[in-house]
Amino acid sequence: MTNQGYIHSFETFGSVDGPGVRFIIFMQGCPMRCLYCHNPDAWKMNVGELKSVDEIVAKALRYKNYWGKEGGVTVSGGEALSQIQFVTALFKAFKAKGVNTCLDTSAGPYRDSPEYIELFDELMRYTDLVLLDIKHSDPKAHKELTGISNENILACAKHLSDLNKPVWIRHVLVPGITDTKEQLEGVKKIIDSLSNVKKVEVLPYHSLGIHKYDALGIEYKLRDTPHPSQESIQIACKILNAAVRD
Amino acid sequence: MKEQWRGFTGTHWVDDVNVRDFIQHNYTPYDGDESFLAEPTAATNTLWGKLQELQHQERAKGGVLDMETEIVSGITAYGPAYIGEDTKDLEKVVGLQTDKPLKRAFMPYGGIKMAQEACTTYGYTPNPKFDQIFNEYHKTHNQGVFDAYTPEMRLARKNKIITGLPDTYGRGRIVGDYRRVALYGIDFLVAQKKADLANCGCGTMTDDIIRQREELADQIKALNAMKVMAASYGYDISQPANNAREAVQWLYFGYLAAIKTQNGAAMSVGRVSTFLDIYINRDLQEGTLTEAEAQELIDHLVMKLRMVKFARIPSYNQLFSGDPVWATLEVAGLGIDGRSQVTKTCYRFLHTLENMGPSPEPNLTVLYSSRLPENFKKYAAKISIDTSSIQYENDDVMRAEWGDDYSICCCVSATQTGKEMQFFGARANLAKALLYAMNGGIDVKTRMQVGPKLPKITSEYLNYDELMANYDIVLEWLADLYVNVLNLIQYMHDKYYYEAAEMALIDTDVRRTFATGIAGFSHVVDSISAVKYAKVKPIRDEDGMAIDFEVEGDFPRYGNDDDRADKIAVWLLKTFLTKLKKRHTYRNSEATTSILTITSNVVYGKATGALPDGRKAGEPLSPGANPSYGAEKSGLLASLNSVAKLPYEYALDGISNTQTISPDALGHNEGERVNNLVNVMDGYFDQGAHHLNVNVFGTEKLIDAMEHPEKPEYANFTIRVSGYAVKFIDLTKEQQMDVISRTCHKTM
Repeated sequence: MTNQGYIHSFETFGSVDGPGVRFIIFMQGCPMRCLYCHNPDAWKMNVGELKSVDEIVAKALRYKNYWGKEGGVTVSGGEALSQIQFVTALFKAFKAKGVNTCLDTSAGPYRDSPEYIELFDELMRYTDLVLLDIKHSDPKAHKELTGISNENILACAKHLSDLNKPVWIRHVLVPGITDTKEQLEGVKKIIDSLSNVKKVEVLPYHSLGIHKYDALGIEYKLRDTPHPSQESIQIACKILNAAVRD
Repeated sequence: MKEQWRGFTGTHWVDDVNVRDFIQHNYTPYDGDESFLAEPTAATNTLWGKLQELQHQERAKGGVLDMETEIVSGITAYGPAYIGEDTKDLEKVVGLQTDKPLKRAFMPYGGIKMAQEACTTYGYTPNPKFDQIFNEYHKTHNQGVFDAYTPEMRLARKNKIITGLPDTYGRGRIVGDYRRVALYGIDFLVAQKKADLANCGCGTMTDDIIRQREELADQIKALNAMKVMAASYGYDISQPANNAREAVQWLYFGYLAAIKTQNGAAMSVGRVSTFLDIYINRDLQEGTLTEAEAQELIDHLVMKLRMVKFARIPSYNQLFSGDPVWATLEVAGLGIDGRSQVTKTCYRFLHTLENMGPSPEPNLTVLYSSRLPENFKKYAAKISIDTSSIQYENDDVMRAEWGDDYSICCCVSATQTGKEMQFFGARANLAKALLYAMNGGIDVKTRMQVGPKLPKITSEYLNYDELMANYDIVLEWLADLYVNVLNLIQYMHDKYYYEAAEMALIDTDVRRTFATGIAGFSHVVDSISAVKYAKVKPIRDEDGMAIDFEVEGDFPRYGNDDDRADKIAVWLLKTFLTKLKKRHTYRNSEATTSILTITSNVVYGKATGALPDGRKAGEPLSPGANPSYGAEKSGLLASLNSVAKLPYEYALDGISNTQTISPDALGHNEGERVNNLVNVMDGYFDQGAHHLNVNVFGTEKLIDAMEHPEKPEYANFTIRVSGYAVKFIDLTKEQQMDVISRTCHKTM
């Protein structure tokens, strides 16, 4: 069914997931198991609240006043692409209302098959901006960090570049996992191979989701991982030519 | 035209007192950015350094630096005084409340007992002669009120169903139009008041006429005393101000007369920035003033406003924590003709928070509209993000009601400058009233029969219709009692503690509003929602009193943009105001109400039992119109949308909303944060919302400041609370905990 989707939650005031003030729709369900994920409660598929396109559009439009020239809606997750047909229907409805749409994805479900690309391109027709997470530049390390390899994710990045769809690349900086010079330069190389990247954001690792692991009875493997230092954030921003944070 | 008015245009204001007309003809809107602003001068740095040292000593001494024990305060009670004798030539704006900086005056007219207690609390002994003078020879406001209170009123007061009443302190909230002193000089103002006296009544001496004649005579005396006070500092204010420095000084002398004679809970300065800009602009054009000197004038005025102090008693400090005086001062707003009233001097006032760091006073207020110049909106947002020291009020809704020359007379409440005065009346605890509706009018804390004797509700689950029928009876009783308590208080205040200096700078034919207030708002809304949409089972003790509640099922809560709950909120406001408006109000004033608690939400909460919304007995009430702690489940904007549904027309005294946003949730860098905050305010105020206090910091900072108040970075750490700003370390521990426990909006 494409007219209803499993929703994890909403955030009416999103200001760090895409440009301006945005209404964030967190989808339920994700195929990846990133060690630092702060929404482990959004992993499980086909659970959560079923909401219709109309319901969500009506809810989001209550906040139109706050969006100014730049803002709009962002679909995040969980993994937005896990319910690609629903998200397509949703974005189509938003575009009909003139709302700026932004897809926040790790591209885990992306497949390089003609059938999938047809679905994906349909979604892209109604998507203004993609926030694409690149978790790790090395396929093996990527699998250790997220549970899956990064080949299809890189294929997605390439495809977006071919479509010339505006993309912001986001990279989570985790001490001991993604903060080595070699790894960051690997990410930079991927970015440089793309022609559609409008912005690169370095997201410093935080442990704010840790209580959710405890509540869900899931082991949190980064318990001893510190937050990245200001210095390492600056270095990463420099290597990736990322937007300055203060 | 007088020489002092050279270059000014317009006609009406020349013949009659009409400051608005003067402003409209002569001000210069500014839509540029902040790049013209000047750094503090060496004199400013020296004086501010001195003042910070004094503030440091004040804190080290337990909150009071020095107190008067021998002299009753008055306009001419003291000779000239300065921040320091050796630096007095550096002060571009002069005048202190007493003979020493930060020394608190002895002000007995509100109540001699309170004046004495304020002294003894801090280890000072007032001269015993005052005991005899103000008890035997003459009485004070407080005594007048208690002489006339009925037993029912005393009972309601004791049980804190109505509380924080101005029966032990000055009612405040009257803003003299201090600009008049600068524009006209005292002599013209005296002549006008004398003409009013000559035309007061036709000779038939009714109560109203007699009182008015006596008040006018007192006003004229106050005006003449202002001249004497100014002369002691070497200034002749009988004539209009001749330049910007004089305009600032004349205006401040008017305000100084007010704070030497009244210790009102709010002693606002008013809307002065656009007015002063006209003088500054003229001097700049005449080449007699530089930008650095212009900024220095504003910095020095603001420095004086940061020094205003009153002697308070502990019970007052619990209600209004952190030593506030509400020296509220407005910038920006739009004119009725559509022009922006933002001037360079609006920037200069906000810039004081950069030149001299964050500060709770003066209570800087931006009169906001999404149509203000973008540059100014961004600058204000930047100052909010950096200092958390300013509040925003919706000029679009207030202008429709009060025109384009209103001031904010307390925390958030508007008043037409120079044309209106307000009878301030604290607030009624509507959450407690809801418990009376269940418990037969008996107070669950004291077990006294305070409210109407209704049958107690005995059903296992609360029935919505039964509860609402009882609540209506209790609210009717409460509205009646509340209005009458206030009628009595305002009568006595006029009689024993009349604000002659402020009223001298307001039109004789004055409009009066009668300001009531609501406490416990969100809890009543959520409790009624719980009864309506879930099943609420009271836990009753052996006397059949509901002391706690079990709720089965979920229910909508105010603060989530859910109409089911928000409609109850609108209903509650309209219902209570309608009941208030039915009653006769003193001097035919217009009854208004507010949803605004100041920090008294903690004290009110202590006296309130458990409620069906899940709030436990004794816990603080949610402040102002804020949704309850933990009720907001859909983020900041959903919360703002709920508050924005409350119609301002039914709460003309103000709807206060305080929100704290973590900087990380506002954007990745300063540019993003500024833009996002502007978007938030545009969206909120365009819906007709009234007020927003904006704090930008994380909970971690509050916790650290509570644990390490001695750290230098927290000395001036200012936060917005319901309706004002306060230095966080000046709050009681209890109130600090309350602030920390409130929702801090952050996204993960």
